[in-house]
Amino acid sequence: MIGIGVLKGLWVTLREFLGTYPAGRWLLTRLGASTGQGLFTIEYPEVKQQHAERHRVFPFLVYDASPDNLRCVACKICEQECPPQCIHIVGPAKDEQGRPLKAHGRTFPVKFDIDVSICMSCRICVDVCPFDAIEMDNAHELSGFDRFAEMVYTKEQLLKSNEYFQQIKPTEASVVDQRLAAKAAKTAMPPQPAASP
Amino acid sequence: MDQLFVVLKSSVVQLAGRWLPEGALPFVSMGLTIAAIAAAAPVIMMYLTWLERKIIARMQNRLGPNRVGLYGLAQPLADGLKMLIKEDIVPEGADRLVHSLAPVVAVVPALLVFAVLPFGRNMIAADLNVGLLYFLAVSSISSYAIFMGGWASRNKFSLLGAMRGVAQIISYEVPSVLSIVVVIMVAGTLSMGGIVEAQAARWFVFTPWGFVAALIFFLSGVAEVNRTPFDMPEAESEIVAGFHTEYSGMKFALWYMAEFLEAFAISAFTVTLFLGGWQGPAIPLWWVLFGSVCLVATARTIPTVLRVLGVVACVGSGVVAYLANEAVPSWAWFLAKTYGLVFVLVWFRGTLPRLRVDQLMGLAWKFFLPLTLINIASAALWVAMPGPSGGVLAGALLILSGWWLIRLNNPAPLQPRTYLFVE
Repeated sequence: MIGIGVLKGLWVTLREFLGTYPAGRWLLTRLGASTGQGLFTIEYPEVKQQHAERHRVFPFLVYDASPDNLRCVACKICEQECPPQCIHIVGPAKDEQGRPLKAHGRTFPVKFDIDVSICMSCRICVDVCPFDAIEMDNAHELSGFDRFAEMVYTKEQLLKSNEYFQQIKPTEASVVDQRLAAKAAKTAMPPQPAASP
Repeated sequence: MDQLFVVLKSSVVQLAGRWLPEGALPFVSMGLTIAAIAAAAPVIMMYLTWLERKIIARMQNRLGPNRVGLYGLAQPLADGLKMLIKEDIVPEGADRLVHSLAPVVAVVPALLVFAVLPFGRNMIAADLNVGLLYFLAVSSISSYAIFMGGWASRNKFSLLGAMRGVAQIISYEVPSVLSIVVVIMVAGTLSMGGIVEAQAARWFVFTPWGFVAALIFFLSGVAEVNRTPFDMPEAESEIVAGFHTEYSGMKFALWYMAEFLEAFAISAFTVTLFLGGWQGPAIPLWWVLFGSVCLVATARTIPTVLRVLGVVACVGSGVVAYLANEAVPSWAWFLAKTYGLVFVLVWFRGTLPRLRVDQLMGLAWKFFLPLTLINIASAALWVAMPGPSGGVLAGALLILSGWWLIRLNNPAPLQPRTYLFVE
């Protein structure tokens, strides 16, 4: 019969309309009809969405124990691999004679800037880092009023502790920790020569 | 309560009579009416945009505007402010005069039709004895505005939209006018007040010819004001924004104002002509006020102080209304019915996809037009044969011819194709 389709469509929208109000839901249940899907709006500034653990936005630099003990050695692989080239590294730090400075047995960058307005959240920097020094953060409220003063994140702003990493991404952080521990165990115990009889 | 606005106006006129000469008082009275309509129209338009956004949002399981003020009620003001301070861009090579004139030409008739609308008992700005004719004449000016705007913009999308708009408005004008003829036949008057009074016993929509005419008038009206599903002149997916592609800032706001006022006017005229206008059953006012107490008390978004105040005000006025034995005032009936139809308009927009041009024209010329002609015959039967037999005959005629027209317009669906030479 012609026109039934239109009426069916009108009923669907009316049902969804009523289903967003308590009184409408009551009425629909009394009629024995489906109450629709209900409101799904998350009222953002007041209520925040729960993101999945794999949700990623912007990289940060991981440090262990204290901020000067960062894992980054300024090897610049991430700078070269970054597709939009938003990473800018100066380093590794050197003294007057040109010998590399070391902190906690590692070289470290003088400057490590990432431009948040250029970063495309691709995670390639994390994948190429041989030291697991850079990881993806899930903080997404990154807007600012100044293009260069606020949108270019410096080393100090990028540094975050390993505890923070474990807190936001427990699974990924534990995998990284195991890998680092295995590596540390390997370097601490040099291969023993075979015992001669 | 019923005559609230009438009494208010006459008392203001009396007050003015203390200082002004006798001869000036009719002008004061006219000025007050005009001022009331001119002030109410933009407010109606602004809150229609709010209402539309809210209802559409709920149909799509969203909340709609809710940031500016309670329930987003200040959103139209914010939008108006934004429109006012926006840059006004006129395209290079446009006909500047006509380009600026077109939105004004669109708004003025939309405002003028409110002059013959009976908003309540004794609440009609000008009860012309040719009120209906005036409405038809004035409301069709909007096609000039649309074509002026589309032509003067010097933009192909605008021109295409304008041409579609004009074709559509002219096509739907015919069934729209012919569907009103039955009202004139039965009411025996062209005056809007007279038509409402003719429906005191029975609203016209509850007769077979009235039902069909109301449907055709309302749907043609939807098409004439270019609303979904008949919004070909501003089809975003095809021609950007149609005739108002090249409009920005306040001129764009004026186009929108014209459009929303016309949508409101179409609802209001359907109510006046078929749904009994300001007539309504004498429901005690305190029932309504009690209902609003429940609404206000359960609204969680409103701050508690306002909720308590609202409940106290509603209960207080409810007690007063109960003691004074007040019924729901006539203007409240009129507004309730009109906003009911506005809801239907928004409901259509939330549900129906856009028609094709040939479907649109086919509906007007191949279905509505013959049906209105048959409807006139049906109303003639009704008038000529008072009593149940005439009613049955009129109804049967309409049902049969409606069924016949649907059959004519929908040839048998295509059969699955059989391929003779392919195995």
